[in-house]
Amino acid sequence: MSLDSRENSVGTVSAEKILIDKPLTLACGAVLPSHELMVETYGTLNANKSNAILICHALSGSHHAAGYYEGEEKPGWWDNYIGPGKPMDTERFFIVSLNNIGSCFGSTGPTTINPETGKIWGADFPALRARDWVESQRLLMEHLGIECWAAVIGGSLGGMQAMRWALEHPDKLANSIVIASSMKLSAQNIAFNEIARRAIKSDPDFHAGHYLENHSLPKHGLALARMIGHVTYLSDELMGQKFGRELRSGTFSQGEAAPIEFQIESYLNYQGDKFSSGFDANSYILITKMLDYFDLSREYQNNPVDAFSYAKCNFLVVSFSSDWRFSPQRSREITDALIGAGKNVSYAEIESDLGHDAFLLPNPRYESVLGNFLSGIADQLEGNSQ
Amino acid sequence: MTQNISFISSWIKTNSRVLDLGCGDGSLLAELKKQRNISGYGLEIDPDSINQCVAKGVNVIEQDLNKSLENFPDNSFDTVVMTQALQAMRYPHLVLDEMLRIGSQCIITFPNFGHWRARAYLTLRGRMPVTKQLAYQWYDTPNIHFFTYSDFEALCRERNISVLRKQFIGEHFLDRLLKNLWPNLFAETAVYHLSK
Repeated sequence: MSLDSRENSVGTVSAEKILIDKPLTLACGAVLPSHELMVETYGTLNANKSNAILICHALSGSHHAAGYYEGEEKPGWWDNYIGPGKPMDTERFFIVSLNNIGSCFGSTGPTTINPETGKIWGADFPALRARDWVESQRLLMEHLGIECWAAVIGGSLGGMQAMRWALEHPDKLANSIVIASSMKLSAQNIAFNEIARRAIKSDPDFHAGHYLENHSLPKHGLALARMIGHVTYLSDELMGQKFGRELRSGTFSQGEAAPIEFQIESYLNYQGDKFSSGFDANSYILITKMLDYFDLSREYQNNPVDAFSYAKCNFLVVSFSSDWRFSPQRSREITDALIGAGKNVSYAEIESDLGHDAFLLPNPRYESVLGNFLSGIADQLEGNSQ
Repeated sequence: MTQNISFISSWIKTNSRVLDLGCGDGSLLAELKKQRNISGYGLEIDPDSINQCVAKGVNVIEQDLNKSLENFPDNSFDTVVMTQALQAMRYPHLVLDEMLRIGSQCIITFPNFGHWRARAYLTLRGRMPVTKQLAYQWYDTPNIHFFTYSDFEALCRERNISVLRKQFIGEHFLDRLLKNLWPNLFAETAVYHLSK
């Protein structure tokens, strides 16, 4: 990788493990007496601690959102949008990115030790809801001495956290940025998640979720789960453009012994294998369940306008034209409910053929909408602090 | 927007809810926010205009007015505004109905195609008028329904729409002098305040 691609990068970063030494009561009733969070921060917190942005990751995300680890070539997952001069401008904002509980990049979750039993949590890790992530993030906020986020931002499941923050802690955030998200999953969304979970559970190496104790890994099941998920992140158009019916090996001519492999097969298998060697199967089950259960307005008489009436922050809602996992219609529903509740909201529908994954990838229009919204926030903060 | 339509703010109640259809760069909503503390939203489809609204802190929603406005409930706004866009709508009369369904009142501005300069252009040159107000060639204009002050009055009568007030705008001396006497001939832009 050339040095050029590291322009406007936050540079070399490292993560910190933070102990949250306070009990966290989860939505399911279980209590974590304390928990650990892997955290990265970029930029500098200003004197009155008003310029902090919280990044909420999605299903497979981690705390490593920007910059490079020493000796590594691949930047964090949202590096396109975080850095000096980028929409989440590290010269103006202090950006906090964490790995949420139940995930598997070092924060308390199925792969860590349950202090009560001294054994790996595995499948016994308690069920989680998006609000549990929000509560854990609030404890982190307290730990960092921040009273109000300048913005809470996330794509997909991250957007659900950004919305939940606005309802649960209306005084603790000034802006909520909800990208490629939804107020709840559709039956089709849940269906794909269940197929993925069944793929994992069907792997003989799964051992009812206690594979680590049994020194095995359900890699095949997890790879299959990821392949299914991955199809829903891309658009038909993009797959056609990128892979078409190109062959990776073999030939169509008769009598040929070599088996045919399409490029898309090879690509999906590669993605599945790569994922299954870096992610935990129990975390995948736990977090897809969290997605399935998410329903923003269930406790508000199933009325999204009533739900959003509790919010006090400003909103930016963004969707992508070819996203069929959380289609633009889902974002329009969020926007309509916010207008109905009389909240400040702007909505942009970005033309893109990259499907759901578009929220991670470069796109000039997306960059400018996000950049304009955030620089407006920074202008206000800097104006007020002078 | 070339004309000064800031007088519109005197037609809008303080703290009311305003929806601006085709809000452009959001300057009208920003002005109404400043003067009347309105809670306002603009609908727009042009990416550059949307960017400008976002930069100004004006609430802007990406939505095509020609598709449907049915996501907005009946009487959910006090005033629905549309400036210089009715002539670009696929079905202006249906948009007008929608405006009065969503808002208890609406304010519309449109270029008067009956203005003497447009008439003279067509009569003397035999070509479709290209003026400051109608600055496009016939083949690339977004303005697909040309109508005059009198046409609009007739439409309001047909659909039982009440005209609460109206104002005419003309830039030139002659227009300013005569626009209220013969609006169909001397008003470049007409501004209407309507209710059901």
